[in-house]
Amino acid sequence: MNDMSNRDAMIQIRNVTKSYERGKQKVEVLHGLSIDVPRGDFVALMGPSGSGKTTLLNLIGGLDTPSSGEISVDGQRIDQLKGGQLAHWRSHNVGFVFQFYNLMPVLTAEGNVELPLLLTKLSAAQRKKSVQVALQVVGLADRAKHKPRELSGGQEQRVAIARAIVSDPHLLVCDEPTGDLDRTTADEILKLLQALNREHGKTIVMVTHDPLAAGFANRTLHLDKGRLAEQVGA
Amino acid sequence: MTKTGFVFANLFRKKTRTTLTLLSIIVAFLLFGLLQSLNHIFNAGPDFLGATRLITQARVSFTQPIPLSMLPKLESTPGVERATHSQWFGGVWQENTQLFVFAVDPQRQHEVYPEWIMPDAQWKAFEQTRTGMIAGRNLANQYGWKIGQKIPISSNIYPQKSNGSKAWAFDLVGIYDGKDQDFQKRTITVFINHEYFDEANQFSHGRTNFYALKLKPGADAGQVARTVDAMFENSPDETKTMTEKDFNIGFAKQIGDIGMIVRWILFAVFFTLLLVVGNTMAQSVRERIPELAVLKTLGFRDSTVLGFVLAEAGALCFIGGVIGMGLATLLGAFLERASGGQFNIALSPPVWGMGLLAIVLMSIAVGLLPALRAQRLKIVDALAGR
Repeated sequence: MNDMSNRDAMIQIRNVTKSYERGKQKVEVLHGLSIDVPRGDFVALMGPSGSGKTTLLNLIGGLDTPSSGEISVDGQRIDQLKGGQLAHWRSHNVGFVFQFYNLMPVLTAEGNVELPLLLTKLSAAQRKKSVQVALQVVGLADRAKHKPRELSGGQEQRVAIARAIVSDPHLLVCDEPTGDLDRTTADEILKLLQALNREHGKTIVMVTHDPLAAGFANRTLHLDKGRLAEQVGA
Repeated sequence: MTKTGFVFANLFRKKTRTTLTLLSIIVAFLLFGLLQSLNHIFNAGPDFLGATRLITQARVSFTQPIPLSMLPKLESTPGVERATHSQWFGGVWQENTQLFVFAVDPQRQHEVYPEWIMPDAQWKAFEQTRTGMIAGRNLANQYGWKIGQKIPISSNIYPQKSNGSKAWAFDLVGIYDGKDQDFQKRTITVFINHEYFDEANQFSHGRTNFYALKLKPGADAGQVARTVDAMFENSPDETKTMTEKDFNIGFAKQIGDIGMIVRWILFAVFFTLLLVVGNTMAQSVRERIPELAVLKTLGFRDSTVLGFVLAEAGALCFIGGVIGMGLATLLGAFLERASGGQFNIALSPPVWGMGLLAIVLMSIAVGLLPALRAQRLKIVDALAGR
């Protein structure tokens, strides 16, 4: 049930376990999980609290490494990468969207969006152009000079999405991207993610508690107690 | 935006806190600049004097007078070209302004200290006027003294034989300059005629505080010093012969171990500063744990995040330190001008060098621990608020 193999998948997860030390106890959060996510897919990860959704998302995004098993993204075994290599891989291959936006309060919207580009060799002019494009994609070109505290929640999340796509990664990982937004704004954000998936070919893995949000994805994977419970959708 | 811009944006995220921290750094480095300058003067001595002269004083202290009868022996020591003697007068101008007043032999003074420049006629007048005195240009300018004036100077040591009064008066017969800019700054001393002083004071006769020995070209200063001290060994007036630099240090230290006092004050200031700035940096990093985690999430390496925090600490210390040292430079120059060169605490390049070194060390001291904490952050824990 946990095994979904597809050789052409963008994300290949094989027999992944993840355990943490909690005091003297070792707690296994993921139990031999195997999942494939094809390129251009939009997958929602659902499940109760503690089911391992965010842990799985962190592993896919290269924020953490599995205790055992293999994770390949675009053919790259990211479970074998260490600190600096993993950071370099993230900067070039993944965009992140968080529930609470996690923007830098001291920077303007364009400053926030430009941040990942400081890791590239682009010139200041090239960076500026990329930032403008990303802000246009999310419909916030006119708020470029505004700081996060001057923006609404929805606008902040759009800036966060612009930051996630500015370096043109193929993969977006989103952790409850609408968890802090009202229904209308949440739907706008989800439509934006859907557009990025459909029109720009981004592969998206999104953790959500919200079935309506999951409805915007192509398919939904349900996790329960660290195992894949069921799959809904195409 | 650049990485530098990002560092500065973070540095000034809490303007009030940063401004107050900056002010404390500025004040600390202002104190550092001025006190270290003072320390440098007291410890380094006037290097420009060179080692062409030696000073001979009583072995215990220059405050213990030694007999004038030593003069011929000193002058006949191999390597000594000419000798002169100076007696501390303990001069007080008006109410209680301390002056540097020495009783000297005018002709010998002229020969042994060629750096003091004065017309020959004034040197002659100094030799020939028993109650004569000469004053340095800076001092004369400060008090508006003119040649021909009678200058009342009290002694806090010596009463006059005639009436028991410590209120003396001397005829200003000359005003001397320094041979160059450095010496000109030091034209703050008064010289009176020893012959007159020796006769007219109540209890000190035939004695002086120290001798200055002008060495012959190529003379071995160390050998001369050893010869002189050996000459008076086991006599009632044992001597200690040293370079002028060592003598000046010893003279200044009569008022206490300046270096030690300065070091303790600066230690207290910087220790407090380390706590203040260190706490600011630690607090600043603690508040931004999720932001630092996001930086790492975006692909910034651990070392880059460490660099950001260290750069913030460095920028904070550098801005405050340089402003503080700059203010100390201005204030030191102002105090030097205002005191007519008597208070020579203008910041020298070595003091600036020490200041810059202190800035670097302080940056590391206050930034390293928070930076290491930022470097070691685990992204998933930091994002989860653990």
